[in-house]
Amino acid sequence: MPNRLRTLLASLCIVAAGGAALWVATDGLRVFTTETARRVSIRATPRLLPDVALQDDAGARFALADLRGRWLLVDFIYTRCLSWCNVLGGDFAQLQQRLAAPLRDGSLRLLSISFDPAHDAPAELAAHKRRFGDHGIGWTAARPLDAAGLATLGHAFGLKVVEDGMGGYVHNASIALVDPSGRLVDVFDAGAPRQVAAAVQRRLAQ
Amino acid sequence: MSVRALLWWLPAGAIALLASPPLRHALETSMTAQMLLQLPLLAVLGGLLAAALPTHVRTALARWDQGGCSGLLLASVTSLLWMLPRALDAGVDLPWVAGAKFLSLPLLVGMPLALSWPRMGFVLRGVVCMEAIASCFRLGWLFLATPQQLCSNYLLGDQQRLGYALLAIGGGVFVLLLGRLIGGRWTLPAGEARRPR
Repeated sequence: MPNRLRTLLASLCIVAAGGAALWVATDGLRVFTTETARRVSIRATPRLLPDVALQDDAGARFALADLRGRWLLVDFIYTRCLSWCNVLGGDFAQLQQRLAAPLRDGSLRLLSISFDPAHDAPAELAAHKRRFGDHGIGWTAARPLDAAGLATLGHAFGLKVVEDGMGGYVHNASIALVDPSGRLVDVFDAGAPRQVAAAVQRRLAQ
Repeated sequence: MSVRALLWWLPAGAIALLASPPLRHALETSMTAQMLLQLPLLAVLGGLLAAALPTHVRTALARWDQGGCSGLLLASVTSLLWMLPRALDAGVDLPWVAGAKFLSLPLLVGMPLALSWPRMGFVLRGVVCMEAIASCFRLGWLFLATPQQLCSNYLLGDQQRLGYALLAIGGGVFVLLLGRLIGGRWTLPAGEARRPR
C-alpha cells in the first residue's frame, strides 16, 4: 500500500474516532459545561432524592421525605453570601407572590437549604428570609443536621461549592423543582422567577 | 543507563510527577494554571518522549503519516476534546478522566506533533501556527465574554484572568511570526527543501 493511501486511511480513522469521542463527550453536541450536563441529565432521568434530616428556621427538626405529596422549589444558599444567594432570596420572595395560590393551598412549598450549616443556625435562616421580604407563606429555610446529610444532598442535587478565597463560597446557584413523589425533575436559572413560576404553573395544571 | 533510556525515563518521570497528588492539586486549583501550565507541560513532555522512540518504530509510523497529516489530525482532535469546559471539570473530579488526561496529552498530542512537525511542509506549518493563534483568541474572547463560570470548579475571576492571558499569548505569537515574516528568510534552507517527505 502506498504511503499516501496509508496516511489517508489513518487520517479517516482518527477523524471518525475523534468525532465519536466528541459526540459522546458533549452528549451529541448539546452539552459543553458541567452545569448543562447536570440539567440535561436531571430532565432526562429524574432523580429520587435521599431522605435527609433537616432543621428549619423555627428550630424544628423534619425529614426531607416529610415534604412529599407536594411540589417543592429548592435552592441552596449560605446566609453570609453577598452575591448569588441574594438573587435566589429575591427570587423566592417574588415566587411567593407569583405562586401565592398553590403555596397557600399547600400544593407547593419553597425550601432554601444552607450549605454552611455550622454558621447558619435557625436564627440566621430566619433572618435570611426576613431580609428578602418573606411574605410568610410556604417558604422554609433549613440546614442539614449533619455533614453526611449535606454531602448526600449535595451529591443528589449536583451541588458544586467552590471557596472564593475571601472566606465565602461560589456555587452553581439555581432553583430545583422536586415533584410530589420526591424526584428532582428540573433545574432553573437563578434570577428568572417569571420563567420558574410559569414552569411550575404548567406542572400544576397537568 | 544509556542515553535512549534517559530520554525515555526523564519525561516519563516528569509526567508521573505532574500526576502526583501535591503537584496535581497545586496546578488544578486554578483554571489558569491548569490550562497554561499543566496541559501544555504534559504535551511538551510527550513531545520529548518522541525522541526516545526506537528508529524502526519512527520509520513504521512515518509510513502512515505522510506530510505529517495524521499526526496533526490526532493532536488537533485530542486537544479539541480537552478544550471543553466539561472535560476540564471532569479531569479534576473523576479519576478515570484524570487518567485519560495524563495519558492522552503526552501520547496523543505532544508525541504526534513532535513526530509530524518535521514532516510538515511550509504551508501546513503556517496553517498550524495561524490556527494556534486563532484558538488563543477564540478561547480568550469566549472566557472574557461569558458572564457565567464555564467550569463549575473555577471562579469567574480566574476564567477572566485566563481569557486575558490567552489574548496576550495569541497576540505575542502573532507578533513573533509577523516579525519572522517581515525580517526573516523567505526561502527554505537547501537541506529543508530537498529532504524527502
